[in-house]
Amino acid sequence: MAGTSIMETLFQRDLDDLIKGIRQQQIKESLFISKAIEEIRREIKSTDLPTKSAALRKLSYLSSLHGADMSFAAFHAVEVMSSPQFFYKKIGYHAVTQSFNDDTPVILLITNQLRKDLNSSNQFEVSLALECLSRIGNVDLARDLTPEVFTLLSSNAVRVCFKRLVENLESSEPVILSAVVGVFCELCLKDPRSYLPLAPEFYKILVDSKNNWLLIKVLKIFAKLATLEPRLAKRVVEPICEFMRRTEAKSLLFECIRTVLSSLSEYESAVKLAVVKVREFLVDDDPNLKYLGLQALSIIAPKHLWAVLENKDFVIKSLSDGDYNIKLESLRLLMSMVSESNVAEISRVLINYALKSDPEFCNQILGSILSTCCRNLYEVIVDFDWYASLLGEMVRIPHCQKGEEIEHQIIDIAMRVKDVRPALVHVCRNLLIDPALLGNPFLHRILSAAAWVSGEYVEFSRNPFELMEALLQPRTNLLLPSIRAVYVQSVFKVLIFCAHSYLLHKENISSVNTDNLASEVPESVFARMSCENSDLATSEAPASSEQHDSFNPRNINQSFGDLSIENGGDATVSNSQASTSASLGRNSFTHESIVNLFNIVELALGPLSRSHDVEIQERARNVLGFTDLIEQEILNPVVQGEENLARAETEASRVVKLMCDAFSEELGPVSTSAQDRVPVPDGLLLKENLADLETICGDIQLPLSSSFSLSSTPLGEAVDISRTNLQSKDETEPSHESTSLLAEHRKRHGLYYLASEKSEGASNDYPPANDPMSQDKLNDDAEDLLKLTEQSLAPKKKPNQAKPRPVVLKLDGDEISVAAKKPELKDDLLSGVVQDVLLGNDGVPSSSRSNRSENLSGKSKGKEKLSTDLSLETKENVPGEKMPDHVNTSSRRSKHRSHGKERRQKGQGKDGEEKEDNGQKEKRKSNHHRGKHKAHQRADEPLNVVAQTPVIPDFLL
Amino acid sequence: MIKSVMVMNTQGKPRLAKFYDFQPVEKQQELIRSVFGVLCGRADNVSNFVEADSIFGPGTRLVYKHFATLYFVFIFDSSENELAMLDLIQVFVETLDKCFKNVCELDIVYNYSKLHTILDEIIFGGQVLETSSIEVIKAVEEISKLESASNAIALVSKSVSGWRSR
Repeated sequence: MAGTSIMETLFQRDLDDLIKGIRQQQIKESLFISKAIEEIRREIKSTDLPTKSAALRKLSYLSSLHGADMSFAAFHAVEVMSSPQFFYKKIGYHAVTQSFNDDTPVILLITNQLRKDLNSSNQFEVSLALECLSRIGNVDLARDLTPEVFTLLSSNAVRVCFKRLVENLESSEPVILSAVVGVFCELCLKDPRSYLPLAPEFYKILVDSKNNWLLIKVLKIFAKLATLEPRLAKRVVEPICEFMRRTEAKSLLFECIRTVLSSLSEYESAVKLAVVKVREFLVDDDPNLKYLGLQALSIIAPKHLWAVLENKDFVIKSLSDGDYNIKLESLRLLMSMVSESNVAEISRVLINYALKSDPEFCNQILGSILSTCCRNLYEVIVDFDWYASLLGEMVRIPHCQKGEEIEHQIIDIAMRVKDVRPALVHVCRNLLIDPALLGNPFLHRILSAAAWVSGEYVEFSRNPFELMEALLQPRTNLLLPSIRAVYVQSVFKVLIFCAHSYLLHKENISSVNTDNLASEVPESVFARMSCENSDLATSEAPASSEQHDSFNPRNINQSFGDLSIENGGDATVSNSQASTSASLGRNSFTHESIVNLFNIVELALGPLSRSHDVEIQERARNVLGFTDLIEQEILNPVVQGEENLARAETEASRVVKLMCDAFSEELGPVSTSAQDRVPVPDGLLLKENLADLETICGDIQLPLSSSFSLSSTPLGEAVDISRTNLQSKDETEPSHESTSLLAEHRKRHGLYYLASEKSEGASNDYPPANDPMSQDKLNDDAEDLLKLTEQSLAPKKKPNQAKPRPVVLKLDGDEISVAAKKPELKDDLLSGVVQDVLLGNDGVPSSSRSNRSENLSGKSKGKEKLSTDLSLETKENVPGEKMPDHVNTSSRRSKHRSHGKERRQKGQGKDGEEKEDNGQKEKRKSNHHRGKHKAHQRADEPLNVVAQTPVIPDFLL
Repeated sequence: MIKSVMVMNTQGKPRLAKFYDFQPVEKQQELIRSVFGVLCGRADNVSNFVEADSIFGPGTRLVYKHFATLYFVFIFDSSENELAMLDLIQVFVETLDKCFKNVCELDIVYNYSKLHTILDEIIFGGQVLETSSIEVIKAVEEISKLESASNAIALVSKSVSGWRSR
């Protein structure tokens, strides 16, 4: 055994050999490494410590730099770590520190070893153990080893924990002081409120220390504390300004700037000074300072926009900087300057710039325009027609990949903003008729939205026939099935609309000849009948019809308006629609055009009715079933006799009208919380486990399940489709009755094995989508960009808006963000303990402190004086004096908040304010309480330290 | 706190990787790769800061410095100052330079353990401990003395025991 160990030692590769081997790379690196690991697996089992530790060291190396797994060596690492020799111990600790985590099973084995090393007389062993504990420490280790760490804290070697930590804040040793401040800086990030009582100590460091590292950390702490305690902010603002004026160190200067801009933004003079310094950063040649300067500006942008506007030329120039980060930062700043008056100009400039920039930045620009414009329900947009055309323009930018976002916004504004629909339909039409766009898969989702909008709001279309051709063009086979299904659905809607308009048109002509009412009465009768028959669609029609009527701006046909009153609510929808189409004038729905339309539809959808995609197939069949149903009657009026004609006409118009009613119903946006507000009916168990149902049902299959695979369709669409399905089932089933289900099934399945007759890869001879713009313009100088933006950013008033901002539909479920996040008071274990130490048992630490200060020399005298002053001040504080102060700050704060919330619903805002008021009241009360009965309170405070909001004594800083 | 320290060469080979939050090894490798992916695309005359939110999560920042064939990368959260971190990289490199006398990539490749020792003296559990390279070198020398002493004893004792047990 010993022999082999010596052999192993002599011929074992050490870490250097391993590194050399990897570098030589005679064989492939991964192969070499796996061989080395095999070797290590053997060596690490050796009983010989040097062999084992060398293997462990190699393994740590491979794990750290080459991603080798070292979990198998956990136990060996523990063994090596417990070696008494420092060399091996260090290797062991390194391995443990690197690889152990909470899931390592042997982690509890190291507790004793850590304890031993923490108590070691060798400071380097102690530091190994401490470093290890700090990296892998978990609850168990922390509980078991706290006494050891506490012992260390009292010694001069190393330090960490609260009471002792606080004492160390007065340490004269700079290393210890900076370590302690570092710890508090971390703690403050987690829960700043608990450390407010330490403010005097931090303040002392702030004014006394000359160490920049230390000052940076203290500033970070104050940045957190000052937002909680306005009086503290008032105290620190002057020293910080002093630093800003004096310091040479850029890091400290930047930290001061950041502190002022983020936490002390109410102090005008300080902010002004900081902005001057930011400007120095911006004009500096160092790109680092430039970048940080821009970052500083974006911190202040929400509160003091003037600071950004002051530097706007620099911001815009940075847009063409070579550094991507700087570009990005300046883009963000530019977007923060956007307001109602300049959104159009800024967007114009940026879109032009996007055309010239690289794909990644181009999409950044588009993304930020989109997100800025849709903020708070399109707050900054006044002219939605312009916005619709902007969206259309974005689609045509060569690198545009924002399909999803644009898709969402097109549908969103179509549903929310009624006035934009005509313009939007026009934009969508332009997108749909362009065959080149179909070649770019990034744009398909936008096309899907465009198809939906065109179908849903087809009454605004100037030429439905052209739209139909666009929806059915051959290149649509490049689309995904799900999007194609939307196209087919839109075809359906357009078709219905055309047929309905045609019928009304004809009726209109005939009604001119014959008695007006005579032809109209049967229609209304039928409408009522259909109301009884089809429960879902028409029953809601009356409600929506009024709405529909009222907003439709094109309802100009008075004669129809009169009739609709006579006929009652039922007919209103159709009439208002008819009037729209009639007002379009040039769309004469002649007999030929309708015949032509039906032919196109049948020709294009025929192949689709045998599509492999269920969704497309189903919808195509719905459309075809519908055409079957009414075609005969609409298309062949001449063959039939005069009496038959009237009957057939009404028969067809009944069907068409029914469908039209179904489609013309307004589809509103649905609040996300809408479902919650629907009460669950009695006796309906939604959470019942239905597993037994399967056994009961056995092998019974649900035959129609495929037709309801709607889950993947987008919201809004789903409602629509399901209704169509219901409808078409009502209406089209009779026509299919002749063909049995079985035949249908066979036909469908036979198709799976047939080659599709349609040429799949339709001609690609169209120009590529978005022909890249002339590349030579790319190097355009940023100067004219600057100039352009310069003009646009000038805070000029737009010559009074031609029209008022249209209504944007809001739902109470919509969240309007910006709400300042209130820092939540976390009453977790840690802060509870911390508060206990720092606040609750106020008596204990202060007494110990004063004890200490008695022992120590005059250095701590000042401190003691400070603390006595502190108590004096608190005693002097009459509650009456204190209250106005609080009220002031609270009202100021709440004013600020409510200003930000202006556009939010009233109810919400009020609620928030009320809550805050309550909070303030509570606080005030407790302050009052404290001021009066301080001694009394101290006695009973430990009982409810954790639950209570910490009461902050007035710091005499 | 400092989340991670990385040293990698311009080909993307890691030379040192230390994570102060535990990361599984696969994740470590992935992070190193994505950091390199960002760094290698950056020109020399641009800023030393990189937005690392997409790689390390929100609020993290990345500062790097490019020396000859190596990138030195520090990743940290909002409780550190960016420019101070840049200085810290400088301190780290200066210390290496003093320890190895004109440090080059090979020194760093072959002195893996020493590199860790030096770094551990500067950063302790993610906190900056010492920023004076003189102090750091002093401590590192003491540690290596201790190491070689214990290693020598070990060698002797082991060979003796080895002979004996034979």
